[in-house]
Amino acid sequence: MQAFTSLTGIAAPLPKANVDTDQIIPARFLKSISRAGFGKHLFANFRFKDGGSENPEFILNQEPYRRAEILIAFENFGCGSSREHAPWALMDFGIRCVIAPDFADIFHNNCFKNGLLPVRLPRAVCEQLMEDARLGGNARLTVDLERQVVVRPNGEEIPFEVDPLRRHLLLNGLDDIGQTLQHATAIDSYEARQRASQPWLNGSL
Amino acid sequence: MAEQRPKTLFDKIWDAHVVETLPDGTALLYIDLHLTHEVTTPQAYDGLRAAGRKVRRPDLTLAVVDHNIATDSSRRTGIVDPESRLQVETLERNVAEFGVPYIPLLDDRQGIVHVIGPELGRSLPGMTIVCGDSHTSTHGAMGALAFGIGTSEVEHVLATQTLLQKPARNMQVLVEGDLAFGCTGKDITLAVIGRIGTAGGTGHVIEYMGDAIRRLDMAGRMTVCNMAIEAGARAGMVAPDETTFDYIRRTPNGPKGEAFEAALRWWRSLPTDAGARFDKVVKLDAHAIAPQVTWGTNPEAVLPITGLVPDPADEPDEAKRAQMERMVQYMGLTPGQRLTDLKVDVVFIGSCTNSRIEDIRAAAAIARGRRVADGVRAMVVPGSGLVKAEAECEGLDRILKEAGFEWREAGCSMCLGMNPDKLTPGQRCASTSNRNFEGRQGPGGRTHLLSPAMAAAAAVAGHLADVRDFQPTGGV
Repeated sequence: MQAFTSLTGIAAPLPKANVDTDQIIPARFLKSISRAGFGKHLFANFRFKDGGSENPEFILNQEPYRRAEILIAFENFGCGSSREHAPWALMDFGIRCVIAPDFADIFHNNCFKNGLLPVRLPRAVCEQLMEDARLGGNARLTVDLERQVVVRPNGEEIPFEVDPLRRHLLLNGLDDIGQTLQHATAIDSYEARQRASQPWLNGSL
Repeated sequence: MAEQRPKTLFDKIWDAHVVETLPDGTALLYIDLHLTHEVTTPQAYDGLRAAGRKVRRPDLTLAVVDHNIATDSSRRTGIVDPESRLQVETLERNVAEFGVPYIPLLDDRQGIVHVIGPELGRSLPGMTIVCGDSHTSTHGAMGALAFGIGTSEVEHVLATQTLLQKPARNMQVLVEGDLAFGCTGKDITLAVIGRIGTAGGTGHVIEYMGDAIRRLDMAGRMTVCNMAIEAGARAGMVAPDETTFDYIRRTPNGPKGEAFEAALRWWRSLPTDAGARFDKVVKLDAHAIAPQVTWGTNPEAVLPITGLVPDPADEPDEAKRAQMERMVQYMGLTPGQRLTDLKVDVVFIGSCTNSRIEDIRAAAAIARGRRVADGVRAMVVPGSGLVKAEAECEGLDRILKEAGFEWREAGCSMCLGMNPDKLTPGQRCASTSNRNFEGRQGPGGRTHLLSPAMAAAAAVAGHLADVRDFQPTGGV
C-alpha cells in the first residue's frame, strides 16, 4: 500500500451531503477485474453528459481542480455500497485525501486500506476550507498525517484525530494481512476451541 | 464484576469471536462465514496470488454469481457482455484454483448471495458473517453479526479468516404494536430510515426489537435488516427465537439432529439480557406506520403513500434545500403533487431486500385476477432458483404471468444497473429494492422504493398506489 505522510495540493470543494458510492463510481463500471483504471469513471454521471462529453459545470472538470489531490465535502460521504472501487477511483484520479464532517463506515475503512486519508472535521471548518479551496491554484492546503493537522493557505493549523493503529499503518504503507498473520497461533487455537464447542459451524454445501 | 454486566445480542456475538485484542483496543475478530460474489473478489484473489497466500478456510467460504448475470433465458447460452463474462469466468478460475465451494450460474441453488445464505442454512444465529457487499446486514435477521466489507478486507478474510475491527456502539430500534393492514417489514425499515436518517446508525449496530419485529416472519426480518445499512448502521440484527429455529429446521444445509440441539442451547443464550445498555434508543409505534414510498434520491426521502411531494421552499437549511431541489428536479416532480398521481413506467419486484417466497406471494395476492396497466413493464425476479421453484410449485408464476408480469430467473437484476436489466433515462420505477440513488437502476432512472404488495399495486394501477385500496381477490 502507498504510504501517506504529508500532502500539499489543490483542494476541490464539493458542497454536498450523502455523496454515495454509486455517485463516486456507478455500478456499470465495476466490471473490471483490476484495481487500476477507475479514475476515468470517477463521478461519471456528473462529470460527463449523456453523449460522453465533459460537463463544464462539474468542479473536477474545471481548472485547477482537474489536478485536485484533496476533496472537501459534507456529511455522510461514501454512504451506500461497500465497493472499494470508490476509493480506487478517487486515488486513480489523483485524490489522496477527502475531508468531510463524517464518513460512512465501510467507505472509511476502505480508504485506509488504500492509502487514501479520510479526515473528519466539523461542518463549519469544512465550509471554511471550501472557501479556501475556491481560491483555486493559489490556495493549496496541506494535510500532514504525521502531525495530524490541516494547514490552511493563511498558515492556520487545524488539528484532526485519526485512529492510532490506522495512522501507523498508513504512515508506513503497511499491509495489515502481514500484521494479522503474526497472530496465526492465536487464530489456530481459536479455531481448535471453536471446533470443539460449535462443531456445526464447519460448513458444507 | 465485568463478566456479569448485562450484554446485548451484539456484545455476546462480538465477545465470542475476539481472537485477540490489540493494545489500542482493535479486536482481531474471527469470521464464521465468508460469502463472496463476482464483483468484489477478483482483486482480492490477485492479492493472494501476488503474496503467495492461500484461502485459510475454504470450507467457511461460499461463492456465487448474482450481480452481473442476465435474468432471462439468455443466461443458458452464455453471458453476452464481454466484461461481465470475464468477471464471472475470473471468479470460476479463482474458486477452482483456491478450492472455494461455488454455486454456478446454472445450478438450481444459484441466487442472490443474501437470499441463499439463510435459505441453505449456512447463515445461522450467533455467527459472524461478512461479504464484500453492504447488504450483508440482511443475515442479521438470523441473529448473526453480519456486515459488508471492502475488497481489501475480503482478501484479509480469505487469508486469515479474521478481520481487524473496532467494536461498534449498540443502538436499539424498538417497534411496538400491531402493524397496520397493508404494511410489511419494508414499511417498517423505510419508516425507521425516515426517522433517523441515512447516517442515523453510523458507528452503531442496530438491534430491532419489539413485538412488531417478533411477529415478522424471517423474510420480513431480512427485509428490515437488509436496509440497516441505508441508515448508515454497520449491521442490523434481530434476536433468534422460535420463528428463527423453525426456519433453520427447514433448511437443507442447517445443522441436523444432535448438532441442531447443541446449537440450539447456544442460540437460546444469545438474546439481549434484561438491563443491557444501548447507546442510542429509537421507538416507533408500528400501528402509526402507513405504507411507505420514497420520493427522492436517498432512502431517507420517504413518505406515507398518502403524502405529497414536499416543497423545498419550506426547508430553512440552505444546503438541505439545495439537495431537495436537486431531488425534485432529478425525480421529475412538482412540489405539492400527490404521490399517487405519479405514473410508473417500470415495476421491479426483486433484489436482496424483497425477492423471497413471502414477497412473491404478497405480489401475487395483489396481481391475482388483475392486469398490469397498459404501457407498464412489470418484472418479478425471484431471489434464488429455490425460491423460483417453490413459487412455481405454488402456481404463483402462473398468476403473475396471467396478470402480465414477466417471470424471470434469479439474480440482482434491476437493483443496481450492472446487468442487462436497467432503466433508461427518465423512466420512473416502482421498485422493491433498497437504493433510490441517482442512476442506481440505470443512468437517469427514477426509483421509488416500496414493498412488494405496493409495487404490484402500482403495476396494476399504472401509478404509485395505496395497497390498502387493493383487497386481495382471494387466496393464492
